[in-house]
Amino acid sequence: MNILTHPWPWYIAGPLIGLMVPLLLLIGNKAFGISSTLRHICAACIPTKAKFFDYNWQSEKWNLIFALGMVIGGFIAGYFLRNPNPIELSESAIADMNKLGIKNYSGLIPADVFNFSALLTLRGFILMVVGGFLVGFGTRYAGGCTSGHAIMGLSNLQFPSLIATCCFFAGGLLMTWFILPYIMNL
Amino acid sequence: MKNIKFLIVGIVFGIILIKAEVISWFRIQEMFRFQSFHMYGIIGSAICVGMISLLLIKKYNIKTFSGEEIKVEPKQFSKGNIIGGLMFGLGWAMTGACPGPLYALIGSGLPIVIVVLLSAILGTYIYGILKDKLPH
Repeated sequence: MNILTHPWPWYIAGPLIGLMVPLLLLIGNKAFGISSTLRHICAACIPTKAKFFDYNWQSEKWNLIFALGMVIGGFIAGYFLRNPNPIELSESAIADMNKLGIKNYSGLIPADVFNFSALLTLRGFILMVVGGFLVGFGTRYAGGCTSGHAIMGLSNLQFPSLIATCCFFAGGLLMTWFILPYIMNL
Repeated sequence: MKNIKFLIVGIVFGIILIKAEVISWFRIQEMFRFQSFHMYGIIGSAICVGMISLLLIKKYNIKTFSGEEIKVEPKQFSKGNIIGGLMFGLGWAMTGACPGPLYALIGSGLPIVIVVLLSAILGTYIYGILKDKLPH
């Protein structure tokens, strides 16, 4: 059972994630990607005249069911295969994050930053609400996310995906090194 | 129910994401600070396996289990790859999550992440409304 409750090393997890690409193609001729589910949810749930949401989302139902599976998978891993120990971060990362004011390292995300009462603070609102907005707006504008562009697109040698992946990374570096320190101090 | 197979694959994928800790805000910070190889190893090896799989599928003209021709739509270049990519990158480092991890995190018992997901849905919605006015 140890192997199930312990975190999995990169050389196990990475190839397994890569196998999602051929698996989805073989079982249903589907391209691996998650961010489109956000669009399908809009098309299914929000009444709108926008052309972008006027399509037959039901033909993309598999994607939503895949996402539902991910919620269930998260539940199984979170409740039955939970790592009893705190996440093992590098010393230097902990030192940097201490400087950002993070104290709670017990879960997968810093509970002192991401919680419901923090939503009412400027810092919490920016990180969760503005951050989430950027994820939804940015992935659709870019035409994919880490799975659709970085993994599926690069696997398929797509040049637009290479550009998108570089920009994902550039945005992340910009935030981490130059903007996040200010947000964390709010 | 022909979609049940996608549910099962989704469950497996959700478990992998949690067990690999790629859904952790801490791991994403570590990655952007170049303080651990973990995330690079995962993304890099995932791309290698995906790439080799696609090459084999093309080379041997492998069909789906139901016998269909496998086809992957090429990605079209647009300015959105750059502008949207940068925006997503900013959000990725703020929330520590891309869309996939949001679903897995919610399932793992973190209801606060529902707020991030709703906000991401709103972001996609606003993009859809503004789409024609944005440079592409």
